[in-house]
Amino acid sequence: MAEIVLDSVTKQYPDGAVAVRDVDIEIADGEFIILVGPSGCGKSTTLNMIAGLEDITSGELRIGGERVNERAPKDRDIAMVFQSYALYPHMTVKENMAFPLRLAKVDDATVEKKVRDAAEILDLTQHLDRKPSNLSGGQRQRVAMGRAIVRSPKAFLMDEPLSNLDAKLRVQMRTSVSRLQKQLGTTTVYVTHDQTEAMTLGDRVVVMRGGAVQQIGAPQFLYDNPANLFVAGFIGSPAMNFVPAALEDGTLRSALGDVPLTDRVRGLLEGTEAPREVIMGLRPEHFEDARLVEDHVRSTGATFTNQVDVLESMGSDKFAYFSLSGEQATSAELAELAADAGSADVPGGGVSLVARISATSTAVVGEPAEIWFDADKVQLFDPNNGRNLTYRG
Amino acid sequence: MSHALNDETAVAVAAKPKLSPKAKAALSEGKKAERRLGLLLCAPAILIMAAVAGWPIIYSIWLSLQRYDLKFPDRTEFVGLDNYITVLSNPYWWNAMWVTVLITVVSVAIELVLGMALALIMHRTLVGRGIVRTSTLIPYGIVTVVAAFSWRYAWTPGTGYLAETVAGGDPVLTEKLPAIMVVTLAEIWKTTPFMALLLMAGLALVPEDLLKAAAMDGATAWQRFTKVMVPVMKPAILVALLFRTLDAFRIFDNLFVLTAGSQGTSSVSMLTYNNLIKGLNLGIGSTMSVLIFIAVAIIAFVFVKLFGTAAPGSDGGGRR
Repeated sequence: MAEIVLDSVTKQYPDGAVAVRDVDIEIADGEFIILVGPSGCGKSTTLNMIAGLEDITSGELRIGGERVNERAPKDRDIAMVFQSYALYPHMTVKENMAFPLRLAKVDDATVEKKVRDAAEILDLTQHLDRKPSNLSGGQRQRVAMGRAIVRSPKAFLMDEPLSNLDAKLRVQMRTSVSRLQKQLGTTTVYVTHDQTEAMTLGDRVVVMRGGAVQQIGAPQFLYDNPANLFVAGFIGSPAMNFVPAALEDGTLRSALGDVPLTDRVRGLLEGTEAPREVIMGLRPEHFEDARLVEDHVRSTGATFTNQVDVLESMGSDKFAYFSLSGEQATSAELAELAADAGSADVPGGGVSLVARISATSTAVVGEPAEIWFDADKVQLFDPNNGRNLTYRG
Repeated sequence: MSHALNDETAVAVAAKPKLSPKAKAALSEGKKAERRLGLLLCAPAILIMAAVAGWPIIYSIWLSLQRYDLKFPDRTEFVGLDNYITVLSNPYWWNAMWVTVLITVVSVAIELVLGMALALIMHRTLVGRGIVRTSTLIPYGIVTVVAAFSWRYAWTPGTGYLAETVAGGDPVLTEKLPAIMVVTLAEIWKTTPFMALLLMAGLALVPEDLLKAAAMDGATAWQRFTKVMVPVMKPAILVALLFRTLDAFRIFDNLFVLTAGSQGTSSVSMLTYNNLIKGLNLGIGSTMSVLIFIAVAIIAFVFVKLFGTAAPGSDGGGRR
């Protein structure tokens, strides 16, 4: 077990392309840290550099206080779980898990014991003599985990280990990965493109974009205080709503009507040179059907009335979708998020908005509904650089 | 989960009797028609194969059971297995057999090592990949007889540079063992690229992640090669070995040009040719070709059944 430190680590390919730029991350001993971001953001490259599968162009990587830039993967004492599981097809489950121990010339009795122990933890005991080709996806995934844990390495690296599983199993495995990590207390670096995994698994989350770190923090902190538009739009499902707005005399003018700035927001804006045109961000859960909001609460927010496009009932609550008139919020960050989500070319003029409202709401599709939102939860972003103007770090 | 499954099967069982027997008959009728169509579509290929491969095999087996020498056509008669006894008790045949086996084993073994090295180089090169691959394949692109003549001149004392430098002016092609070595060398030079090509296809089957995982697990480059790469690409290696062994066993043209089978360097194919075409002895010649056929069949059988080589065309059947 050890801490891992990335000290302005950069990866540049011979053709000049920079995959990872000046990444600084300090991972504490025993910490579970998630690297998350859209494809091509450099998260896998970063992981491969920690593993030693890719050279570091500049900067320093320290594991347990020692510089390991020049060390071969096998001399770093870290184990990795691959998206494809990378099980050796010609070996049984037992041989697969014993492979790293055999290479380390561990004696037979110890190998046997460690493999048994790992198999027990992962519930693989009855599959030890089978070949990977005869296992289900979930079992293969567990064998890959087993191969990593038998060595009791300094750290685990996991490269999207759950993305080849079907949705239900993924949720199940997510909890077992989390439990296993807590049980073993081994420093773990986990790469994923799925923000749900990032939110649920990590002690801390590193959001990356275009080879650079956007923000590092605990999941809830990132959710509540995104440093910029990208983090705001990436973390959270359904994503944060973005509405273009204008700041005039302490009032926000937008497609949702005029909203006076609350004291909190005004306080945060003080000292920042806020432009006149901003992007207003609102989480879906900060909306509510106005009829269900009590009067004394009502005054802390604002309301708007719009026709409900789509209403999705989730049982516990409802998602209401609206199309507001006016221009869509535009910025480089939002364009990239849309491209990653595959919604860049989905037609739809105006601003689309999703609100999570109570299941008891009587809103009807096609009919106008009055929706209240919490003006104090508004986040304001600079459309030019994506910076969160209301950030409280 | 299992409960739901049980319910489903229950429904299926309940629904089954509702299917009228008539519908079932219609289904099998359709299946029959499909099978007939399948046979019809295969028929042309089967007929052609029977004409060009089946018939010659049967005819040579028939010939091998007769005393049939074109120099004495009047004395042609059915002699049963006499020809086989004659051939199998003949020292020339056994000498040719050992020469053939020697050339096969030595050349295929060396080709496997060289071919693997070349395949790895071709697989790994990033710069000038096209040039590396093309230049590797040149020997395979040259007509064997032409290449064999080049080798012959190169090993001829007085004119050949190899004879002068390597052999020190000795006429190596006039002595049995050196001649066999030269023939083997020519064979290796010529067909290593083919081996390399087949092995390279096998290398492409080894997922990059597997090698990365092995590196993470602590394997050195050599351990990654022996413990991961080779076992994973074993099917491809066996197919390459099978093809090359069968090919090498039938060696003819290199020998024909380099030694013409003198000094006891005949291969079984060479001996068969000499008896059949030069000696006009159809009976003995056919017997030998049938024996070669059997030897080749045994090699193929050993590879497919014992080593579990996937027969070419089947879908990794030997992998289990």
